[in-house]
Amino acid sequence: MDGLEMTVAAPPPPTIAEDLKRRYFASPLQALVSLFSLAVIAFVVWKVLNWAFLSAVFTASGGPEACHAAAGACWSVIAERWRIILFGLYPFEEQWRSALACVAVVAMTVLSCIPAFWTGRRLAVVWVAGTALFYVLMKGGILGLPYVGEESWGGLALTLFIFVTTCLIGFPLSICLALMRRSDLPWISRTTGLIIDSVRSLPLITILFTFAIVLPFALPQWLQGDKLYRVILGSALFFSAYQAEIVRGGMQGVPKGQEEAARALGLGYWRSVSLVLLPQAMRNALPATINQFVISFKETSLVVIIGFFEILASGNAAYGTGEWRFAYVEVYVFIALIYFVFVFSLSRYGAYLERRMAVGER
Amino acid sequence: MGSLLRNQKVRNALLQIFYVGALGAMVLAGILIARRNLAAQGITSGFDFLFKSTGWDMNFSLLPATAMDPYWWFFLNGIINTLFLGTFGLVLATVVGTIVGLARTSSNDLARLLGRTYVDIFRNIPLILQVFFWYAVITHLPSPRAAEESWGTFLTSRGLYVPVPNVGAWTLAAAGAAVLAAAVLPLWLGRTHRIDRPLGQRLPLQLAAAAAALACAVLILLAGRLPDVPFLDVPALKGLNLRGGLRIPPEFATLVVAIAIYGGSYIAEIVRGGFKAVGKGQMEAANSLGLTAWQVFMLVRLPLALRAMLPILANQYVWLMKATTMGIAVGFTDFFMIVALTINHSGQTLEAIGILMGGFLVINLTLAAIFNRINKAIALKGNQLRG
Repeated sequence: MDGLEMTVAAPPPPTIAEDLKRRYFASPLQALVSLFSLAVIAFVVWKVLNWAFLSAVFTASGGPEACHAAAGACWSVIAERWRIILFGLYPFEEQWRSALACVAVVAMTVLSCIPAFWTGRRLAVVWVAGTALFYVLMKGGILGLPYVGEESWGGLALTLFIFVTTCLIGFPLSICLALMRRSDLPWISRTTGLIIDSVRSLPLITILFTFAIVLPFALPQWLQGDKLYRVILGSALFFSAYQAEIVRGGMQGVPKGQEEAARALGLGYWRSVSLVLLPQAMRNALPATINQFVISFKETSLVVIIGFFEILASGNAAYGTGEWRFAYVEVYVFIALIYFVFVFSLSRYGAYLERRMAVGER
Repeated sequence: MGSLLRNQKVRNALLQIFYVGALGAMVLAGILIARRNLAAQGITSGFDFLFKSTGWDMNFSLLPATAMDPYWWFFLNGIINTLFLGTFGLVLATVVGTIVGLARTSSNDLARLLGRTYVDIFRNIPLILQVFFWYAVITHLPSPRAAEESWGTFLTSRGLYVPVPNVGAWTLAAAGAAVLAAAVLPLWLGRTHRIDRPLGQRLPLQLAAAAAALACAVLILLAGRLPDVPFLDVPALKGLNLRGGLRIPPEFATLVVAIAIYGGSYIAEIVRGGFKAVGKGQMEAANSLGLTAWQVFMLVRLPLALRAMLPILANQYVWLMKATTMGIAVGFTDFFMIVALTINHSGQTLEAIGILMGGFLVINLTLAAIFNRINKAIALKGNQLRG
């Protein structure tokens, strides 16, 4: 053994230059790709740095005129108008409530990302309590908070409200739809399948439009409700149609023996579904579910087309008037950043979960 | 009665009748109420309105459409617009997605970093926000008077002006067919068994075929030029506006750019997944057979990756086709916007919604059928399945 180790000397560790050469300049094509990528990276990084920081204007004190002189970004529009973008037309003195409500939603989302909360009951408690807190904070009228009607909600809070209520209604609905679609009763499964497939074949915006503008014609006066809640219902229906297929996929991944064993133990339909089938199905469906939440959050922004004053519309209003007209890029970048923070962290979390679960299955 | 209810079969039948009946009753009640409400506004239901003239204009249509034309013509033009925009968007998104996806699977860290940054940024920002952004950028371009020219092209707030050849419609169609042939011929040459040359050594042949087809296209255009006018119709400033050339409206340009960039980030992930799905053993086997890097890519990696990608890609295409409904946000008269305008102007709400649903059902089913066909045609069969 000793002799062998003596004769085979370890190759000398590669120098930095060798390492670089192997990684980036192994062939002419590689070298070309490396140089091109490096050039693009350098160009973009420099441009963005220069625009966003080095030659940007940060304070609103100079007004729009200070921005015209500078070559870079005009962040003063954000400094001046951030309240409109975040809170819309919500009464100025009450805007702390709107901010607190957003914090409540974020806290609720973070809580439901912790595995300790992953039982049906705990999740339901967290979500119902969180949404109720949000609603009370926003609407007021009790606990000494002045009343603020839905028509003056706006900005980020409205976006979050639509998203949260969509999930709160859509998620239980999706489980019902999935169960009905795999029902043994042919007419129930076929009719549900038809509903799910028709909703999935339509673009979301057409459904929102139908619920907001067309549905009032088809409903008796007492059932019409506020436009906001009709749109939320439409968005929840759309969410549940997609989520139902994800849940159904998860259910198909549960071995048939599990359900048969539950029946053999004497569990009825509801108990075998809630104790045996659903927990395993939801585990299978978890990555796709989080992905669906991400998509649904992004699609919340579509309500701007129906005429709601959510964050995108309030952004349009923030630069749309008079003196700040030129500063549209800054406003859109600001809103994009807000969306990015939410969506990116949620999708990173999904990717982390997927990796974690893959380890468990190995 | 009690014993009847305890009978499983009877209970199941009742349950089904109740469910379907309740849904049916709800829909029926909705339609009846809507008809009554609409009738109260003086709107008679029925599809007669399709043959009345609209009284409003489309801001973008490929075929001539004026306020005098009937509604059905507008609906048809709307569908054509949706398909036209969708096709452009899909093709460009595929090009962007392929490039970024290849960068993401490259062995080069820098290229991977670039690809990943692109996907992370554009996938995580809602499409509608990107549409608004690009629309603001394009409508804030300089006015036609102040626009700068480069290669006969003007980027202005009123649209993109590009030079077009002065030729008739048939010549243009023939040239288009030749360009299509330039894309299809190499693909066919790469697969056919009617040529002796072994697969994988046909690159020169493919390049020659593509070049010949493109040369044909140029020749057709040159031969079909109209007499007495210059060959290229170049936009030029006359008075306050640009004359000549082809104007691509800002709305259309916005949507194409947004769909290409956003869709590209999704397609990049699909492309990456497809390449990841190719077994390591396949690549090692191909390398040990002594194939060159190019041959390994063209004959082993790409065909296998394509098969893994196609079903997911088909879903994405259907999604992108539906995303053309964002047109309403910037005022592009796609199918959905025509429906919305029809409801606004004529009040024929139920009929218009019915047409909208039917139209999208047909578009989706057609796309799905096409992709199923392709998928079946290229799926590995019998012996090929052995890994």
